[in-house]
Amino acid sequence: MSNVSEPETISNADIVAAIVTSAEEVFSTMFGMEVPSEEIPLPQDVASAPASGIISLIGLTGPWAGTGSISCNAELACTLSSKLLMDEFTEVNEEVLDAVAEVTNMIIGNVKNVLEAKVGEMGLSTPTVIYGVNFQTRSAQTHKWTGVRFKCGSEELCVLMCLVQSTVKTERASLQFPQIVRM
Amino acid sequence: MLDVLIVDDSVAIRKILQRVLRQTEIPIGNIIEAGDGKEALELLKTQTVGLALLDINMPNMDGLELLGHLRASEPWTNLPIIMVSTEGSQTKVLKALEMGASGYVRKPFNADQIKEKLVEIL
Repeated sequence: MSNVSEPETISNADIVAAIVTSAEEVFSTMFGMEVPSEEIPLPQDVASAPASGIISLIGLTGPWAGTGSISCNAELACTLSSKLLMDEFTEVNEEVLDAVAEVTNMIIGNVKNVLEAKVGEMGLSTPTVIYGVNFQTRSAQTHKWTGVRFKCGSEELCVLMCLVQSTVKTERASLQFPQIVRM
Repeated sequence: MLDVLIVDDSVAIRKILQRVLRQTEIPIGNIIEAGDGKEALELLKTQTVGLALLDINMPNMDGLELLGHLRASEPWTNLPIIMVSTEGSQTKVLKALEMGASGYVRKPFNADQIKEKLVEIL
């Protein structure tokens, strides 16, 4: 018998459950909102169809590495920022982008906390927020995305994760995979 | 009056924490802000505070490194410091407390959690 245990894996269901738990906690605690959710049936090789609005990306490193993203339209970004900062935002500005970045940090950061219980300690980068029209995101490492859509009034917020198990225990394994944004 | 240092790379979180602090019954004086640990150390060369709220994941110098610097140098060895971070693993929380953090609040947080922690440590 061997004492070497198999490395823990993360299933699609684990990621979906972690996203739902984390996002619901952030929405109830920071916004006082309940947000119904549903898993997004994504094509394997495409994270999102060309879209417009805001996308915020954050890198995860460690035994499992990849990217988390949050996307929504400008209206929802302004609504959430107004609630978070108790101010009125009607157009996307620096403060709105910063608020979206922090929401990303909290949701994906808590997904990371949930997954760490299975696979061990992971690292989190600082978020990058993009606001534009007709863009599409891809990961250079893997095309397998998992996503959950949250209903916020008449708008939607999508949380996507793209994670792969790190196979090489070198410094490279701790680097974030490049993300490609096509505009 | 209690002067406070808030260190977080998110302007949104700094604004929220300012609002929460002003809502407490604690007489809050000046609130100074920094976007990372290095900026905080620069500010502390010329300013004195009686409480610090530190994020962990920040560019340039993270909150744990800043905490280490503060605990190693007078007059900050006994400064009440609360870590406010998305990092929720037991390992990170214990590390922060072992390094001398006075308290730990995980993001997302509500105003009551911050207020309770302030009452506990001040």
